[in-house]
Amino acid sequence: MQSTPAPAPSRAQSIMKGESIQRLLALGALVILLVFFSITVPHFASTNNYIDILTATAVNGVLATGVTFVIITGGIDLSLGTAMTFTSVAMGLVSVNLGLPLPIGLLAAFAAGALVGLTNGFLIAKLKLPPFIATLGMLYVTLGMAQVLSDVHPIYFEAVQPSFQQFFMDKMVFGIPNIVWVMLGGATVAWILLNRTILGRYTFALGSNEEATRLSGVNTDRWKIIVYIVDGLFVGLAGIVIASRMNSAQPGLGMGYELDAIAAAVIGGTSLSGGEGSIVGTIIGAFLISTLRIGLSVAGVPDQWKSVITGLVVIGAVYLDIMRRRSRA
Amino acid sequence: MKLTRLTSLAAGSMALALVASACSSSATTAPAGAPASAAAPASAAASAAASAAASAAGGAASAYTGPTDAGTAKGKTIAIISKGEQHQFWQAVKKGALDEAAKLGVTATYQGPATESEIDKQLTMLQTALSNNPAAVCFAALDSKAAGALLQQAKDANIPVIGFDSGVDSTIPVTTVATDNTAAAAVAADHMASLIGNAGTVGVVVHDQTSQTGITRRDGFLAQMAAKYPNIKVLPPQYGAGDAVKSADIAKAMMTANPDLKGFFGANEGSIKGVLNALKETGNEGKIVAIGYDSGQQQIDAITSGVEAGAITQNPIGIGSKCVDAAIDAINGKTLPKTIDTGFAWFDKTNINDPAIQAVLYK
Repeated sequence: MQSTPAPAPSRAQSIMKGESIQRLLALGALVILLVFFSITVPHFASTNNYIDILTATAVNGVLATGVTFVIITGGIDLSLGTAMTFTSVAMGLVSVNLGLPLPIGLLAAFAAGALVGLTNGFLIAKLKLPPFIATLGMLYVTLGMAQVLSDVHPIYFEAVQPSFQQFFMDKMVFGIPNIVWVMLGGATVAWILLNRTILGRYTFALGSNEEATRLSGVNTDRWKIIVYIVDGLFVGLAGIVIASRMNSAQPGLGMGYELDAIAAAVIGGTSLSGGEGSIVGTIIGAFLISTLRIGLSVAGVPDQWKSVITGLVVIGAVYLDIMRRRSRA
Repeated sequence: MKLTRLTSLAAGSMALALVASACSSSATTAPAGAPASAAAPASAAASAAASAAASAAGGAASAYTGPTDAGTAKGKTIAIISKGEQHQFWQAVKKGALDEAAKLGVTATYQGPATESEIDKQLTMLQTALSNNPAAVCFAALDSKAAGALLQQAKDANIPVIGFDSGVDSTIPVTTVATDNTAAAAVAADHMASLIGNAGTVGVVVHDQTSQTGITRRDGFLAQMAAKYPNIKVLPPQYGAGDAVKSADIAKAMMTANPDLKGFFGANEGSIKGVLNALKETGNEGKIVAIGYDSGQQQIDAITSGVEAGAITQNPIGIGSKCVDAAIDAINGKTLPKTIDTGFAWFDKTNINDPAIQAVLYK
């Protein structure tokens, strides 16, 4: 069996170098932002605030990690936010309404996420729907299903599973809530998958040149579906994390979270045209977004301007990405 | 803020109520069974008298009682466009509306967009509802100004429009069934002030700046604080879109920026849930006064345990049933009061188990 097709060595190396530069840019921007806010905004430079930033990044960090895989293959996933809500409802149904032990509830969240991923992957790989359309459709399906399954009612964990929130929000290590470690742990697993396994190689291959990959004998349909399932598993993890923050599954929320996740990935160097991306960059991008939002909040900047500034930063990051690409070509 | 003819009558009675509640010391409720077809000026005075009797305990509902028979409306369809179904509040409104419709023998359809920021989707729903030619339309505007053209369309087709929850910046609705949110938020401000000793810094987390409920609750709270409590500093309101997680992050940022913060007012259920989560995450439960709006299981638990000082409850079932009543009356050609106040009440640990309060809470 032929080995995985890869772009010619020199191009691969320059892609890696390009990604490294983007990651450094993103990291540099994050550091500058932190320093800037620390100097200009009173009370920003405090341990509690940094912990708040870490906590606020947990959900988006997990979602962004999952979608990085999808974007590298040249696809997109718009169903991230509502699917996350769907998985948290699934967990609520199993752990609260059915009263089954918490680990089974966690499995239910992952299973629900994988199911959404499988559906997305099937629609895209087998039925050849454009990823934008397929995942947009699934956005509405999961939004509705979350409400149908929960009867449009929040599911509260306190009464039946009192240890749930405590387990995830407890500050066991360095005074940082466990959900942050969960996010970093998930990112580590994702990094290993992307950089040390065949799944990772095929993910990049699908994004760089899907046709060549297919012609060399790789079952591209199957691997695409697997990538979306991996994305779905991370969506399930995000559902668990957000449910633990609110100690409940809230069927009304979630729409819009996909935008932050995609923005984090793009800021971190993942290219929307596929073939490039990194988990480290994505996590840095997620931190950048949270730092920006919280810094502006602590500074008391009005809501409207927070949105404008965040949007400009995302545009700036994508522009830098395009400039970098152009200078290399 | 610009006042229109529709809200000026309500504002006038609210002003009377604020002045009167400053002087009055007892709460009385408006006499029940007053005739429903009161002419507009008389009913403005009636609802002014009713809300003038409100003290710090709550706001009395207006004297409107609905029809006992559907009359010519029997079997007809009333289209109800709400702000959504995702919050329990709207589920309670839906129940009140559909139960009342079933009781009186009319058909009611109830729908709303997926989130409260989808103003355009709500307008599309309104458009679709109008094209099905209902006998009447009940509409809770996400944006009080955006529906102008569609309302004109309804008027041209002789379809009466009943506003509910949030009013509309227009003279077209024949009545608005709502809570007097300005007066209610003022009562919340009074309680906040007394709980923090009439001095200190207070934060406000609101759901949005475009709907009338967001605007009136925020302004009602701020105005009362500015008017009666000069030693209380209210921070610029922050908006969390009613998302409990976003509101939690915002509340935490406000606590970071203001370490001496003494209290939070959450202007709707999602906002106060976020505040409660923020207090829990930062270990500030019991140290910062939290006052909320509406109910829901999390707030009920928090108030029972004392983490939350109290909240303002509306009467969602009343809003739902009264808007169906008003629609039936409008179809039968009756004149309706410009506003139908469905009342509000302050509840806390001491009265949460009272039957009158339990009847308007939802989980």
